[in-house]
Amino acid sequence: MAKTFKFSLVSPEKVLVSADVEEVIVPGSEGDFTVLPLHAPFISTLRPGILRIPGLDGDQSEVYIRGGLAEVNGESLTVLAEKAVALPDFKSGILSDEIKALEEDQATAIGEDAKIKTAERLQQLRTLGDNLSLSV
Amino acid sequence: MPSLKDLRNRISSVKATRKITKAMQMVAAAKLRRAQEAAMAARPYAEHMDSILANLNSRLGSREGASPLLVGTGKDDTHLLIVMTAERGLAGAFNTNIARQARQKVKDLQAQGKTVKILCVGRKGADVLRREFRSQIVDVIDLRAVRKIGYGEAQSISKRVLSMFENGEFDVATMFFSNFKNIITQEPTALQLIPARLPEQAAEQDDGVKADYEFEPEEEEILSDLLPRNIATQIYRALLENGAGFYASQMTAMDNATRNAGDMIDNLTLRYNRTRQAQITKELIEIISGAEAL
Repeated sequence: MAKTFKFSLVSPEKVLVSADVEEVIVPGSEGDFTVLPLHAPFISTLRPGILRIPGLDGDQSEVYIRGGLAEVNGESLTVLAEKAVALPDFKSGILSDEIKALEEDQATAIGEDAKIKTAERLQQLRTLGDNLSLSV
Repeated sequence: MPSLKDLRNRISSVKATRKITKAMQMVAAAKLRRAQEAAMAARPYAEHMDSILANLNSRLGSREGASPLLVGTGKDDTHLLIVMTAERGLAGAFNTNIARQARQKVKDLQAQGKTVKILCVGRKGADVLRREFRSQIVDVIDLRAVRKIGYGEAQSISKRVLSMFENGEFDVATMFFSNFKNIITQEPTALQLIPARLPEQAAEQDDGVKADYEFEPEEEEILSDLLPRNIATQIYRALLENGAGFYASQMTAMDNATRNAGDMIDNLTLRYNRTRQAQITKELIEIISGAEAL
């Protein structure tokens, strides 16, 4: 049985990570899920959160991602993220920027659906901040 | 007949111009490389987005109650044209070509009795279109202050377009930009953004593998989440294509200008030397004939 699978983290601007890994923990919109080799084909949207890649070292092992989706097929996992920042950078200020941007979005959101969605995201971000024990 | 001094002045001014165009050509070449790299780097994301959208689209088909971003508002009375050009000129026919195509489209739509709104991205296109369609231009988005075009810019443009769409300000959105085929050819292109044109054939080719995905949340929900993102992605792609195309076009234009300046200098130098010799000969004749007269 294959021990690793291909993982790539892609942002609109470039491919951030492309590596063979054993395990990736993805913050799906319906809950975190772990992808191991030979995972069943699967597509999920993402919530803002921390993507963990235990196999990689240093800065790359934990990445904050927002907005996008993950696609798993037999041999590979591709995560498309609108924004992806290494966790150390994220802790120093980007979270509060993100929350501010979302609050603005919430103020200008049109329609019930959009309002509920932004409120949900805002909640998720705040929880994330609490979990990382950051003051925002 | 210009005097020797006039000719000298003209030669030196053309030389100065040649230096400038040469420098601009080299700057454009360097920037072109970077713009091309950016366009290449953006490709994996767009391709994945396309394949997932195609996949979802082929599964869902065109159902009732699908997102208006996909099926439209049911009307096509008001058209929004997003005209993307560069912020700077001196790039041959680059900006003109895009503007010309947009103008043609406006004329066609107006002839059919549709309302047209224009959103200009980039100052040069706005300058051209303003002459004819001042009242139709809704807004001009100026990216002059932006040094390197990032996804953020595309997102803010797409947000703008989407909020206009939600307010019912238009039914169909078409984007005009220049497709960067290669360094020599840039093709002005019109791409319909809303309702979205999703690729379908790609999904059919390897249907067997793609058919058994699991989705979380439901397909519809993913699709409605993805469609607005796709617009931002398309706009980003267009911005990058435009960027690369602009520098390629500028490089070619400046290369031509440099060559023309070189030809002009050769001609002027020839004329300068002829005039100078004629003058020397004339002076000699005067001296000799003066000596003979004595």
